[in-house]
Amino acid sequence: MTQTDAEHEAPLTAPHHLEYAYKRSVGPVLGRFFAGLRERQICGIRTRAGRVLVPPSEYDPDTGDATTEEFVDVGPGGTVTSWTWVGKPRAKQPLRQPFAYALIKLDGADTAMLHAVDALSEARMRTGMRVRPRWRAETKGEIADIACFEPEV
Amino acid sequence: MELVKSITTPVVLDYDYVTGRAQSRFLRGIAEGRILGQRCVECRRVYVPSRGACGRCGVRTEEEIQVADKGTVTTFCIVRVPSENLSFNPPYVCAAVLLDGADIPFNHVLQECALEDVRMGMRVQAVWVERELLGPTMSSIRYFKPIAEPDAAFDTFKEHL
Amino acid sequence: MRDVAIVSFAQSAKAREIRNEIEILMPVVQEAVRNSKLPRQEIGFTCSGSSDYLQGQSFAFVGALDAVGAWPPIKESHVEMDGAWALYEAWIKIQTGDVDSALVYSFGKSSPGDLPEILALQLDPYTMTPLWPDADSLAALQARAFLEATGKSERDLAQVVARSRRDAVGNPHAVVSGAVDVEKLLAEPHYRSPLRAHDLPPITDGASAMVVVAGERARKLCERPVWIRGFDHRIEPLGLGLRDLARSASTEIAGQKAGVHKGKVDFAELHAPYAHQELILRAALGLGENVTINPSGGALASHPLMVAGLIRIGEAATRIMARRGDRAVAHATQGPCLQQNLVCVLEGD
Repeated sequence: MTQTDAEHEAPLTAPHHLEYAYKRSVGPVLGRFFAGLRERQICGIRTRAGRVLVPPSEYDPDTGDATTEEFVDVGPGGTVTSWTWVGKPRAKQPLRQPFAYALIKLDGADTAMLHAVDALSEARMRTGMRVRPRWRAETKGEIADIACFEPEV
Repeated sequence: MELVKSITTPVVLDYDYVTGRAQSRFLRGIAEGRILGQRCVECRRVYVPSRGACGRCGVRTEEEIQVADKGTVTTFCIVRVPSENLSFNPPYVCAAVLLDGADIPFNHVLQECALEDVRMGMRVQAVWVERELLGPTMSSIRYFKPIAEPDAAFDTFKEHL
Repeated sequence: MRDVAIVSFAQSAKAREIRNEIEILMPVVQEAVRNSKLPRQEIGFTCSGSSDYLQGQSFAFVGALDAVGAWPPIKESHVEMDGAWALYEAWIKIQTGDVDSALVYSFGKSSPGDLPEILALQLDPYTMTPLWPDADSLAALQARAFLEATGKSERDLAQVVARSRRDAVGNPHAVVSGAVDVEKLLAEPHYRSPLRAHDLPPITDGASAMVVVAGERARKLCERPVWIRGFDHRIEPLGLGLRDLARSASTEIAGQKAGVHKGKVDFAELHAPYAHQELILRAALGLGENVTINPSGGALASHPLMVAGLIRIGEAATRIMARRGDRAVAHATQGPCLQQNLVCVLEGD
């Protein structure tokens, strides 16, 4: 028989919580980048064409060539090249209070990196503004060693 | 500068899972202490649990069939590797039980039997939780245990391996 | 190159389904197969597109084969991509001569999870995902870069939304539709500046399926088969800071390779989940202001992830079959901020 009882039409739902702890080996290029973050220093890598990529990568996205082995210290200050405002941050996002995600081109870099800006108010944000990193109290060698960026005063 | 070798990147995702019609029917049946399957209109096979479709014919399964809560062990394996989230202590037996009336085996755990006694064709019975603890969840069935019935002949379940 | 035609297409979309993926997909597959007039067992190849992350279960796509009936055993493949790329794989397989026809399908329920958060998992796991940027935030970064570089305005975005919603009124699969005033849209607050909530794709659960056939046989099965005249897809780097977000270089190349302008373009179905992306794509494909875009209402009206791209191709094909156009461009996208783009040029006899 097939059921017709209206109560039985409502679907059953249940929370499904998925959690994995991935440990990723990072390789020598990101290994150097994260080691730099541990020391509160951001670096990029130079391509054969001379551009400095931040974060560093093993290959030049324009040509497919391997990048050189020259790591270049960049920043600490940088310029916002684009941004948006997060009015209600999600739990896993970098800040508890409203903040901006931004693409930030650090001084000396040819590419922008993604991070958060603790600007305190949306009115403070504009393309072209200057920002600098706020470091975590205890660094571990990962991207979150930069807790966020903040407007340069 | 000593290079970083690895980073931990936890992934945590939360879903509001909706079971769908066929699985809702099955789980509501479990909450009543019944095991429900659905029959394919074309090949007449009975699927337990049903997902609303016959995998062979690609058509809906709608006709509801109650199957027995006892059946035949078609195949099994003995789990010896410990891991997180296990409800049973290894070593334990995972069995594919062909419930009487069903055409596909139903996966569960065997308890109350010695590992060396488990065999294909063994007859087993579901052990449910107490009536007041029944709910729309697979844990309403605690496990399967052997019963005193003669083993099923291989011919009776060889098509279901 | 073998001529390959779409002979049938079916779809299903709803804001929140109580059915499971198999229950949603089965009637869609059955409709496409039935309308193709090919017996199911004669279809040479089956290829699907979906993402396990929508269900939170690994190998979730395998279960969907119950909706297809994979017995006797079939030649089958799957891409963890929008169904448009499953169509591409099927088209390639037909080009090799290995098969002469294919069933292509895609499905996905976006409603069970927090989709914008789930999509953070498609980013660089070392430097981007740990910041958990939601997909809407990333799209907004692109939107701002585009507006500031081109001088287009938020009003231009609102006009895309208003037009899409109005056109969606005739589409039974739209989850958002209706007449709406541009001024009212602009009066809404920003959600992810410069984007407003209505500039975002609606969360949608859905499925689609189509059957493609090579050569003359297509003409026997369908009154007006829709031929794939050009087909190409290109991808850009993952890092947003490595790309020019104000334009879609990959769509430009894919459009050229697919031969968009080898003939007239009567209309286009472009997969633009965010309003500003339609403007980027129109420019990338060189489609003038007089070309109708997304007569179906587009992705702003209905956006089942992993399905919406194949739906663009299917909507364009359906329109051509109905003789409401002869030659059209369909596009599909995947990845953050139009990272990967596919262009399919379609033409009826």
